[in-house]
Amino acid sequence: MVMINLIVILLVGGLLAILSERISDTMPRKVAMGVVLVDLLYLLVCLSGMPDITQLQAPVANDPSSWLMHFKADWIPAFGISIELALDGISLLMVLLTLVLGAIAISASWTDIVVRKGFFEANLLWSLAGVLGVFMSLDLMLFFLFWEVMLIPMYFMIAIWGHENRGYAAMKFFIFTQASGLLMLVSILALVAVNHGATGTWTFSYFDLLNTEMAEQTAHWIMLGFFIAFVVKLPGFPFHTWLPDAHTQAPTAGSVILAGILLKTGAYGLIRFAVPLFPEAALNFSYSAMWLGAAGVVYGAVLAFGQTDFKRLIAYSSVSHMGFVLLGIYAWNELALQGAVMQMVAHGFSTAALFMIAGSLQERLHTRDMREMSGLWQQMPRMGAVAMFFVVASLGLPGLGNFVAEFLVLLGLFQVNVWITVIAATGLITGAAYSLLLMQRSFQGEVNKKWADYGLADFGPREMLTMGVMMIALILLGIYPQPVLDAAQPVLQSLLELTATPALASAEAMQ
Amino acid sequence: MNATMFSALAPILILSLTAIVLMIQASIKRDQSLAWVITAVGFVLTLCGAYYARDFTQSVTILLQVDHWSLFFTSLIMIASLVTLVLSRDIFSPEGERKEEYYLLLVLSVLGAVVLIQSSHMVSLLLGMELMGVALYAMIAFPERGQLPLEAAIKYLVLSACASAMLLYGFALIYAATGELSYAGIGAKGALAYIENPMLIMAGSAMVLAGIGFKLSVAPFHMWTPDVYQGAPTPVTGFLATVSKGAVFVALSRFYIDGGLDQYSGLNTALVVLAIASMLVGNWLALRQENIKRLLAYSSIAHFGYLLVVLIALTYVDAGLVSQSITFYLTAYMVTTLAAFTVVSTVAGEDTAKQDISAFEGLFWHRPLEASALTVAMLSLAGIPLTAGFMAKFFVITLGIQSGLWGLLAALVVGSAVAIYYYLRVIYAMSKSTESTGESANRLEKLLALVLLASILVLGSWPQPFIAYAGGL
Repeated sequence: MVMINLIVILLVGGLLAILSERISDTMPRKVAMGVVLVDLLYLLVCLSGMPDITQLQAPVANDPSSWLMHFKADWIPAFGISIELALDGISLLMVLLTLVLGAIAISASWTDIVVRKGFFEANLLWSLAGVLGVFMSLDLMLFFLFWEVMLIPMYFMIAIWGHENRGYAAMKFFIFTQASGLLMLVSILALVAVNHGATGTWTFSYFDLLNTEMAEQTAHWIMLGFFIAFVVKLPGFPFHTWLPDAHTQAPTAGSVILAGILLKTGAYGLIRFAVPLFPEAALNFSYSAMWLGAAGVVYGAVLAFGQTDFKRLIAYSSVSHMGFVLLGIYAWNELALQGAVMQMVAHGFSTAALFMIAGSLQERLHTRDMREMSGLWQQMPRMGAVAMFFVVASLGLPGLGNFVAEFLVLLGLFQVNVWITVIAATGLITGAAYSLLLMQRSFQGEVNKKWADYGLADFGPREMLTMGVMMIALILLGIYPQPVLDAAQPVLQSLLELTATPALASAEAMQ
Repeated sequence: MNATMFSALAPILILSLTAIVLMIQASIKRDQSLAWVITAVGFVLTLCGAYYARDFTQSVTILLQVDHWSLFFTSLIMIASLVTLVLSRDIFSPEGERKEEYYLLLVLSVLGAVVLIQSSHMVSLLLGMELMGVALYAMIAFPERGQLPLEAAIKYLVLSACASAMLLYGFALIYAATGELSYAGIGAKGALAYIENPMLIMAGSAMVLAGIGFKLSVAPFHMWTPDVYQGAPTPVTGFLATVSKGAVFVALSRFYIDGGLDQYSGLNTALVVLAIASMLVGNWLALRQENIKRLLAYSSIAHFGYLLVVLIALTYVDAGLVSQSITFYLTAYMVTTLAAFTVVSTVAGEDTAKQDISAFEGLFWHRPLEASALTVAMLSLAGIPLTAGFMAKFFVITLGIQSGLWGLLAALVVGSAVAIYYYLRVIYAMSKSTESTGESANRLEKLLALVLLASILVLGSWPQPFIAYAGGL
């Protein structure tokens, strides 16, 4: 029930935010912030009663009772569709990330949004609810539902409150994700039909569908459907083209949610569904997937280097960083997977912060063009210092979260394929290049006369507080990543065991 | 004929009676609002009649088959007709004009649709289709002023006549081969006749398919659709899109299932071609439409393409699942389409300029209820989860996968992906900020929009009761 409540609180909170606009103009954002914090608090209170996550026995992936929380109720019994939610270490990490970044996104929208504030905050809360659903549902139909439904509020956020080219960006975003979603729907139904053919029962439950017997060819095609759907969302090369547009045109809070949370649903889907449901097909495909990942790392970095638009540069850097996640997942050993999970968390914070800085700049300068910025540090020292911190975090400075993540991925990947590792590692160098370029162009150099008497306001207490939270998070992740690793470890362990079995069995059969 | 047969015929009898009362009323006292009330009462009584007839299901002579399935669709089209009636009230009651005949035509057309749904014989099929069609020509051309309605009516008239001619010729060929006109008889003797004379059966059923395809506006028989949708008064367009097409599809599936047509692989191939062509052509041509009624016309072409997948799957899966899927899909489609036309009718009325997508800009902010209803309708037509349209598509894809119809599924995925663009255009236009303020709809129409909006969401988010009910029909 806790998980249902988490979602319902956000949904009802959205309605409250709309209604609260009648009380006063500034009420919606306060209500929204309150709702997210209450949700977070509620989750933490409920967790405190649970056994410590690191003390848990490794949860068995196909035994729901070993999960942290599990909830199941009938929904459409005619097709074996149920409302099945469950929480384990990885989902918990993602849920926490979602709620924290949700609060940060609301803070980002504090002064950014000037029209129809109630409806904006409502859309924000509803998309958070959808994302929570994605991270928690274990019924494939329910998962698909949240997967699709979380996009509609996001679509509205881009289409109504976005920047100059919002219509195009929103449309592109929606069509890309919906088309890939349809592919996933067909794959889900094909998987369920195969299972129905073998067992005679309709079921969409993750636990029942694991270890579905199917021909190699069938498994390959169905897996590909899932893979494409998730990689579009991730986004992996070559399905990334929606991302620069959507990220650039979205309002700041929308970019924070898109980059910080929505992209992670793709990675989560790969870890939770695409590989475990089809271990052998995924294994056979892993080589191609890793090449796509490495291509994404390099391609994203090169394109980021060529951008003049502040937000577009960060968007392309996301493509590069998400390439590491794809690499980590398809290397499929514990080190690399730990790295991928770590990257999901760390990238969430660092990119969210960079998008907030981009948003603050746009709010003050009314442009995102870096050619017009220069020497901004002089006028806004606090913002400059903060930007410096997140830029070096994003380029992977040791001691900060992103470094741990990329290092772990490369370490794990090295055991699998040396050449791909070498190519991916060049991403770190190019990453340093475009990140520092971003810093130099916007904050360092000569002061642009244009802004001299513009009265640029530096970061205020609210912004510093928000940024501070993310800084502390990244430093903690960098210096003491153990809690995150501990939370993910048992889950990854059990997934590795689960996927190892069929491969081993077939190896034994060959002998 | 015995007494229980009359009970089984209750919906048809009540509708006929309503038509007679309307005629008498017109000859005694011409009063538009009275005619409206009589029609409304007649429709509600017919609904009750359909409920009452459930205890008397049987075949009435060889012409009509009254069973739970046909009674369900009878009720469904009665509800759709009631919606049409509510929408028609404002549009056909300008000051000082007498428009009672419209209601008479509406009742006759509905009567034709009910006969069509319950038909189990080619004669009743033709009878129902013509009764429905002839009344519709007049309804389309009803507004006296303006060229568009007249053009639409003539187009529809000429092409419908061609379609009927094809249908009749097809009937004749099938009769020549089998010596039967009832579906069951064709089903029983068809296989044998096919061995003796395959050409007659194939040519006959192909012509029947073409004739019905015209009415359903599946590609390549879709040419009339956008013009008629645009030219007809909006409530009539809604009626044509839901009642007329729905009834024809029910009759087609009856004919297809009872007549055992799925055993002829040539016919199945023809259906596959029609389905793929409809999905691609409908979705593709909808992309560039500016008029929302034309857009909905192309969207309906695509939707009947999706629905044909269910009929094609009949060869591979059992008929119960097929009819369950048809029930769900048609219900979802009708509710969604009615919601869309309700909003178009209340917001744009009969003004062609206001029917442009750009005229819907800012609707979210000055008429939130109507905009929400249209948004949900568009999402449902696009097949987004939590709406009825998604569950309908779920049925189609499930049947397609079970039957291994991968080519059709590929066309469906491509078509649906393309479709998202034009459905989103409407939503995007509505979400734009404008300063204009529109006039408000009357209470009844607002209530109607709200009810249809709720039904789409309930069918999509809590479909279990309806799935179970549809499975038991």
